[in-house]
Parts: sequence; structure tokens; C-alpha cells
Amino acid sequence: MTTWIFRRLIQAIFVVLAMTVIVFIGVNVIGDPVEILISPQADQAERARAVIALGLDRPLWEQYGRFLWNAVQGDLGKSFVFNEPALRLIAQRMPATMELAVTAVLLSIVLGIPLGLYAGLRPNSFAGRSIMAGSIFGFSLPSFWVGLMLIMVFAVQLGWLPSTGRGQTATLFGVQWSFLTRDGLAHMLMPALNLSLGNIALVLRLTRAGARENMPMDYVKFARAKGLSPVRVVFVHVMKNITIPIVTVIGLEFGSTVAFAVVTESVFAWPGMGKLIIDSINVLDRPVIVAYLMMIVFLFITINLLVDLLYTVLDPRVRLESRE
Amino acid sequence: MLKRLAGVGVALLLGTTVAVAQSVTMAMSSSPTSVDPHYHTFAPNETLGIHMYDRLIERDPLNNLIPGLALSWKLIDDSTWELKLRQGVKFHDGSAFTAADVAYTFARVPTVVNSPGSFSIYTKTVVAMETPDPYTVRMKTNGIYPLLPVDLTNVFIIPKNLGPNPATEEFNSGRNAAGTGAFRMVSYKQGERVELERNDAWWGSKPHWQHLTIRMIPNDGARTAALLAGDVQLIEFVPTADATRLRADKRVTLAEIASQRIVYLWLDRSRGGPTPFITGPNGEALTVNPLNDKRVRQALTIAINRPAIVERVMEGAAYAAGQFVAPGTWGHAPGLNPPTSDVARAKALLAEAGYPNGLRITLHGPNDRYVNDGKIIQAIGQMWSRIGVQTTVDAITWPNYIARANKQDFSAYLLAWGFGEATNPLRALVYTFSPAKGWGAVNRGRYSNPEFDGLVDRLMVTADEAQREKLVIEATRIAMEDVALIPLHLQQNIWAMRAGLAFVPRADEDTRVMDLRPAP
Repeated sequence: MTTWIFRRLIQAIFVVLAMTVIVFIGVNVIGDPVEILISPQADQAERARAVIALGLDRPLWEQYGRFLWNAVQGDLGKSFVFNEPALRLIAQRMPATMELAVTAVLLSIVLGIPLGLYAGLRPNSFAGRSIMAGSIFGFSLPSFWVGLMLIMVFAVQLGWLPSTGRGQTATLFGVQWSFLTRDGLAHMLMPALNLSLGNIALVLRLTRAGARENMPMDYVKFARAKGLSPVRVVFVHVMKNITIPIVTVIGLEFGSTVAFAVVTESVFAWPGMGKLIIDSINVLDRPVIVAYLMMIVFLFITINLLVDLLYTVLDPRVRLESRE
Repeated sequence: MLKRLAGVGVALLLGTTVAVAQSVTMAMSSSPTSVDPHYHTFAPNETLGIHMYDRLIERDPLNNLIPGLALSWKLIDDSTWELKLRQGVKFHDGSAFTAADVAYTFARVPTVVNSPGSFSIYTKTVVAMETPDPYTVRMKTNGIYPLLPVDLTNVFIIPKNLGPNPATEEFNSGRNAAGTGAFRMVSYKQGERVELERNDAWWGSKPHWQHLTIRMIPNDGARTAALLAGDVQLIEFVPTADATRLRADKRVTLAEIASQRIVYLWLDRSRGGPTPFITGPNGEALTVNPLNDKRVRQALTIAINRPAIVERVMEGAAYAAGQFVAPGTWGHAPGLNPPTSDVARAKALLAEAGYPNGLRITLHGPNDRYVNDGKIIQAIGQMWSRIGVQTTVDAITWPNYIARANKQDFSAYLLAWGFGEATNPLRALVYTFSPAKGWGAVNRGRYSNPEFDGLVDRLMVTADEAQREKLVIEATRIAMEDVALIPLHLQQNIWAMRAGLAFVPRADEDTRVMDLRPAP
């Protein structure tokens, strides 16, 4: 087990290293940050000064070398735009994205699994069919459109919910959270729902497929024949067997939810990391782009590791060592 | 008893309405990068700054200079401007505003650490400063520099109490964020919101609002929705597509004005030989750059039907232009109207220039920078094709586009230029690219005309306003007659607010909540 984890860590380091090369070269071939940042009124001398101030007059390999050297020491560079460490900027925005993503994933679990189970156990009922039909909308409608529609209906027409922003926050562990206040929750409801729609549909469909597949199996028949209550059969025996793919998907989707909260965050003006990265791309704030992508890679590696570990808990047949 | 209760209820109700009415939320279209007023020459920073800080000289809604912290300014000799300062002004930290703060501010501007766009472009012409008494400042320049007052409308004054080298981060945290402005900052959340409170000691006319919240909502749809939902009371940069709909909506009103941002086309003049995106009518390579022929440039400009672009593409939210500034503005050349479109004459001019079968050209433009930029170049492409210039349109995302434009990668391309006064575009856009002088800095087309340059050289050392305006008009005529670039239109600035409010729209695109009041 420990050697396995150790090997995975070595792999992870190489993945991160490869990523830095790709991203660093990638962001350096697009555009000219000085032109974006500087006042249009600046004269030639001021432009030359800005190029030097940002270190862009050095050759690319030198910039990369300096970046790596600093990165090893835990410094991913300073934002061109804000003159603050890129990591700190991202860390400031992370709680907002995390609470949104966690809420979205929770929503997809509490809504997706029961609905999927129902549709799987009663596939021919009207409700079961409606759930399945509805789930098609969940993953096929573009989220920016759904987001704007939610705003139009619930904020503009009905006036029930605030249209955008994060609302009031409260402090916990020195970090600002929206889910601790009523106002914050009201602000979070629409973006979280918008972010989770696709995941709800995914989890729902997986659960349904799993239930449909497992219900006719011998172990279910045997459990029934043994006289177990239907509740026990479904929630203990069937659930155990269909959880594995769901856990995998939820794990990976959590990563994507964090990484791609971008659309929802910009539609709802939610001040999270996604909004930061979009703003940074628009102004070619290279250090922030690189730091953000590195963080996302790190996140995916961690999640994959956790998912693999969870397998062993859920399915005793899985042995990590044997997978090598 | 019941009556009394009802009375209390009404009073409570009134009380709450008053309290609510004195709070206002405004949504900006992009986020300031800092509260430090000297950190970054960036429009959103200026919008935030005007609420907290004042400048020596301010601009009225039509961009005329008006007194700010300075009550008057005049040239006392060829190289000295004397400013008389306003007395009795206090900073938010309680200290009194004097000439020493001006000197402190000017010394601080060039020293801001890691500034991505320094304000020293506005202060560096001042080579020395004297403060003979606390309310007089004398600024020395190298020779006559008539535009110093205009430069001063960009520099926010901070108190000398901040001490040596005040850190940018401490402005964001609020500790250094003291100005003399109409509002004082309460809190700042980068990229999200700024909370401000009215400064009752402000010297200007008292703003209606006790509390001001500025929110950043860059997404156009979300910003409009927030206004319609009543979450914000004022939004800036209303997209033209929404404006049409909002005009009919009873919940909101609009405030509109012609901007000082001209949308125009550059024609490549950097090459004598062939230019990369122009070929003969059948794709054959040319040996010369046809854009160096004035007749070709004239054909291209009169091929464009500007009123049609304004009407259909801009949905009425623009003004067709034949020069840089709008009629009624200082420096406007009378009678220099937008060229009328004339397909027959354009074809004749092309033939005369030796291209009877036309040309093939690729027209470049950004697709995410200016209002309807991608659609404008498409429309122009069709208009050019009508005179036999077969046009391919290529719209590129801004960060890539501008990097290529700076390298003279294109042959014909769209850009826009915002300016405060009429000499600015002459000096920055049309003047020969001259790094040593710092002029022609954004002359990407590399147009160069010694006659024009001579006039600008003269007007830049002419102190007399009337004389200078004459030279501005003369230079403008030369540039336009020679088709240095192809002016298209001036954008319209649009703000939208909840019904029942009135706002003073501004040519300079600044959003000042001080100018938002209940409609009379």
C-alpha cells in the first residue's frame, strides 16, 4: 500500500512537471500582456519600461527556469495585474468556489440517487419515465443559458431570489463562507443548482442503470427469498453494488465541477476561482493562469488517488498492489 | 389606538424607505485591479478612484476642464503653470489638503512598485515643482507644454500623511485608502464588491446616497438581469442589443451620450513593397503596397456606408464620423463630414490607381473588444466587395489580435481610440511613430506625413487656446484628406438605471454615482 502510494506520488510529480512545460509555453505564445495591461495612452518609453518590469524581456527558457526555481520554493509568481502572489489570489477565491462545488455535488447526490433509484425500480411508471425524460434536459442544456433563465424567472420575474453575487458571508476558521447566512444561502441556491444540473442527470442515470442491472440478479432474488424486507434489499445489498461507479463519477465530476465552475461563476458573478481565471485569461495574467492550472492538475491527482483508495473500502475484492 | 398603530406603521414604513433610498448599488462591467489610485492606468480603477479621490483639475460631462482641487491654473511664463488650490479641503484621515500633498503625490507616482501601467505618463512632463505657499503650486515643464492641465485630470491626489513609499496592498486593505473624495472606502473585496460611505465633509455638491456599493458584474446578461431584478440601481456599458429592449421597459431608464471613442480602420503604411493581406483580384502577388496610393485609400473610405453601420449594426447607438471629435467639441473641423458612400466613384478611383479589376484583401478586427466589432468588419467587408475589393473578414480574440497589430501583421484592421481632447489623437495616432519623442506611440498603421507632423510640432508649443484650435483643425483636415486612417463612428455611452432615477451621462465613460439622483 505505501509503495503504491509512493509510486503514485512520483508519477504525480512528473505529471505536474510536464504540465508546467506545456502551460508555460502555451501561455507565452499567445498575445502580449503588456499591450493588454498598459494604458493605451502610454508612450514607447513607458511600454519598454513595463516589458522590463514584468520580466518579459528575458528569453523564454530563462523565464521558465526562474519560474521552476521559485516554484520549488513554493512561490508560483506574482500576478501581473494585482502585484500579489498568484497562489494567494487563488487561495482567496477558493472558498467561494469550493462551497459552491461541494453544494452542487451534494445536490447531485441527494437528488440524483433517490430519483435514479426510483426510476430504476419503477422503470415503467409515469414518474420514472418523466424523471428520465427530464434528465435529458439536465445534461443537454448549456449551463450559461440555464443560468440566465434561472435569473430571468426567479430573480427578475418572480423576485424570489437575488440575481447575482455572493451575498452576506460569515467567518468560520478565518474564512468567509456564504452557507452560514440566510442571505448567503439565498445567493448560493441558483448558482449551485445550475452547476449541479448536469451532475444530477449523470448520477441519476448511473443509479438507474445500476439498479436495473442488479435487480434481476441472483443475489437479489436470493435475498428476497430469504425474506429480507425490500428496503433492506435495495438500500443495503443493491446500493452496495451500484455505488462503485457512482463514487468514481462523483469523484471525477467534483474535479470538473471545481475546474469548470467558470461558466456558472461568470453568469452569477460569483467571486470564485473560475471568475478569477476567466478574468486572468482575458488580461493574459500569465502567472495566475499557470498557478491555477497547476492547482487544478494537483486537485485531479488528489481526487483520483482518493477514489482509488475508496474502492478498496467499498469493494474488498479490489487490491491496489495487484493493480500494478 | 388602531389609528395610532397605523400611524406608527406608516412612519416605520417611511423610515425604512428613506433608509433604503439612501443606499445605492452600482454594477461595473470590469473589476478594478487595485484601490491604489496610482497603481494601474486602467479605466475601472479610475471609476473607483473618482468616488474616493479628487484630482487637481476635473472634467465636466463633455470633457471640458473644470476646477477640482485646483481653483485656477494659468501659464505664468513659457514653462511654468501656476495653480491656486482650494482651501478648507480635508482628507478622509482628517488632515488638511495643501500644496505639500500635491508635491508628495507627484513624487510618489513614478515610484509605485511593479505598476503594470504607470501614471508617470501624466506626471513626467513636470520637471520641477515649487510650493511658494500652502495653496499655490508652480509646475515647471521643459518648454511650453499646453496640455499639462489635461494630464492633471488623470492624477488623483493622496495625503502626504501616508509617509514614504505607501504600499499598494495597504490601499487595498483600506489603511492607506484616504482621499478627499465624495465617498470613503469601508471595505474592498477584489473582483466582487467595494463598500463606500458618504464623506459629508466633501467640498463638492453633496451626493444623494449615504451608502454606495459597487459590484463587479462583467457578464453583460447578468448585469442587465441584476438591474431588472432591482439588485442594482445603475449599470454601465449597456450592450446595444439590450439597450433597444431596455428603452421599452418601464422599470428602467437610460442615459446616453456620444463618447470620445472613435472606431476606425488602419491601413498598412509600414511597407513599400507588398502588404501581407492584399493581392490582385485573382490572388496574384503584387509588387507594391496599393495602400500607399491615396486613390485606393479614398476608394476604401467612400465605399463604406457609415449611416447603414450606425443604423443596422450599432442599432443607432453610434454617430457616423468623418474626423475624431464630435460636432460642438473643441477642435472639431467645421464641414468635415463623414464621407458619403459612392460606389461608382470608388470604382473609378480604383481604376485610376491601376486596379480596374479590384483587389483581394483580408480585413482584420477583434471580436471581443469593442461594441459589435466583429459585425462591423463583416458589414465593411460586404461594402468593399461591392466596389470590387473582394474582402475576407477575419475576427480574432483581443489578446492575440492586439499583439499581432503591434507587429504590423495586418493590412487593413479595426481599432478604436478613446481620447480626452482633440490634440490627443493627432499626437498619439497620426503623428509619425517616434520613440524618442514618445509621439505616434499607437500609430500602428505607420502613417507618416511631414506636413502634418510640422503642424502638430507647432501646436504642441502653442499656448494660446484659439490659435491652437486653429492648428488642430488644420492638422485634422490634412490627415482626413490624406486618409491617414478611415474613421467610422463614435460610440455611444449608455447607462441604465431603475426608473425614477436620473444620471448625468459622460463623454469620458466614467460612471460617477455623485451624478445619480432621484429624478426631479
